[in-house]
Amino acid sequence: MSEGVSEAVAPKAAWRPGNDLTGWLQAAPLTLILLAFLLAPIAMIVVVSFWGATEFSIYPDFQFDNYAFLFGSEVTYRVFLATFKYAFITWAFTLAIGFTVAYFLAFHIRSQPIQIALFLVCTIPFWTSNIIRMISWIPFLGRNGIANQTLIDWGLIDQPLEWLLYSDFSVILAFVHLYTLFMVVPIFNTMVRIDRALLEAARDNGASGLQTLVHVILPLTKPGIMIGTIFVVTLVMGDFITVRFMSGSQRANVGRLISNDIGLLQYPSAAATAVVLLLTVLIVIGILLRFVNIRKEL
Amino acid sequence: MEKRPFSFYLLAAFFALFVLFLYGPTITIGILSFQGPQGGLTFPMRGVSLHWFRDLFEEQAVGDIWGAFRRSLVLGLLVMVATVVFSVMAGLAFRKRFLGSGVLFYVAITSLVIPSILISLGVGLIFNQLGLKVHWATSGFGSQLTWTLPFGLLIMFAVFNRFDKSFEEAARDQGATAWQTIRHVVLPIIAPSLIGVALFGFTLSYDEFARTLLTAGSYNTLPLEVFGMTTNVTSPVIYALGTLTTLFSFAIIGVFLLAAWVMARRRARRGSDAGKGV
Repeated sequence: MSEGVSEAVAPKAAWRPGNDLTGWLQAAPLTLILLAFLLAPIAMIVVVSFWGATEFSIYPDFQFDNYAFLFGSEVTYRVFLATFKYAFITWAFTLAIGFTVAYFLAFHIRSQPIQIALFLVCTIPFWTSNIIRMISWIPFLGRNGIANQTLIDWGLIDQPLEWLLYSDFSVILAFVHLYTLFMVVPIFNTMVRIDRALLEAARDNGASGLQTLVHVILPLTKPGIMIGTIFVVTLVMGDFITVRFMSGSQRANVGRLISNDIGLLQYPSAAATAVVLLLTVLIVIGILLRFVNIRKEL
Repeated sequence: MEKRPFSFYLLAAFFALFVLFLYGPTITIGILSFQGPQGGLTFPMRGVSLHWFRDLFEEQAVGDIWGAFRRSLVLGLLVMVATVVFSVMAGLAFRKRFLGSGVLFYVAITSLVIPSILISLGVGLIFNQLGLKVHWATSGFGSQLTWTLPFGLLIMFAVFNRFDKSFEEAARDQGATAWQTIRHVVLPIIAPSLIGVALFGFTLSYDEFARTLLTAGSYNTLPLEVFGMTTNVTSPVIYALGTLTTLFSFAIIGVFLLAAWVMARRRARRGSDAGKGV
């Protein structure tokens, strides 16, 4: 394992004495930030998850009440299930859409300036506010929104559909809207590096377009798909704001469970849920990383 | 030129729909922010006016959004500078194998995939237990870096994977010290990519919400202020604010892209005079 890891991180460079010191000096700012604002907070959460809480304060302790309550509650299992459901459905949609868009950009656009321009069109929303992008769905999906008005005008429905906004539908729609980009970029990145001679060889050997897609392009794009999957799955599993906003507080996922506890100042309980969520996410990532070497794919 | 296959038109239509899906809602609230004073959150438009934009400049209507904007701007610039400097340094470090580099890499990846609310909660708890006050420029700044630095680092990996080492060797052969090589050879070559890192640093900070939520303290950043508004403001003023911040983001992105483009052109013009001699 450890050999595989260092191999993955520095594939060609050989170890030399003196590397350690300069390496750590150069990596010091990153390391310090990660120590203070990532590892220490995680450690703190783990510690606090064993603490006790009164209605107004928390006190140091070592008890398993928070975990016992968490695993003893039927709500926990329902909410974790809902979280996996959101992650899976969002993953399926973002993959299908992201793959198609990336395929179009990589293989059907012949001029490079246009390719770059269209790629930027896809990525620019990533650099704007997620909250504003969520708010933008309200006039579209609301009871008197554009979608309902249009459907009524076309005579497809008589009554406005109630499930467009503040439902699982709107939550997943927002997820797909926000995160498809995270599929498009890595998939596109691996697709443009596919050797075009391979496609020609497939065609020369009599493969149809579809066969080339399934047997040549798809397998070669797998690393990009994996990286996109890691992004989408972790973003959706860790989310607490999209679910709250797009469901009008009517749906729950694990992130909301944590943020509700925080709102009630029940930090130990929030911490215990956070520990379980973190472990879940890390296990999922651990499985996905088996299939891809991130450093090599950049 | 080869004739376009039928699938091209199908995919082009799909792509157009995707772009519409990406931008449609933003354009919709852009239009609705010009609602007349009696207008509501959805169509129809009841007149056209700048009423809701005017509201933004009146403190009592929307709270302290300009203060929040200033804080987000300053924080964005701080995070941007730190992200560029720290990412380049770490990028240089990762070019050689050093003891523990594998662990550090996986910690950085963890920073990227960890549910944001854990950062918020953990940093908040630490500051609380140490008796420190959370503030956007301290705890908020550090928390945002856990989000921007991994992106910066990944970009640096991509940059150095494509970096031609013979330039460095040439510099060394001519007697340049390690620092001179970095300062006069490596940094100028990777400069355009640093614009990309800066763009990520600034925009990700400027729009960051989840990791800043419990770490910004009593003075909100703009996304926190906007989120607060969603629960108690039910007029198009929120669309006006959304339109303005989105336009601001577009302007920032435009500036960065323009800078990258200008730099690439200058390089193309001055880079090499091969073939232009006698």
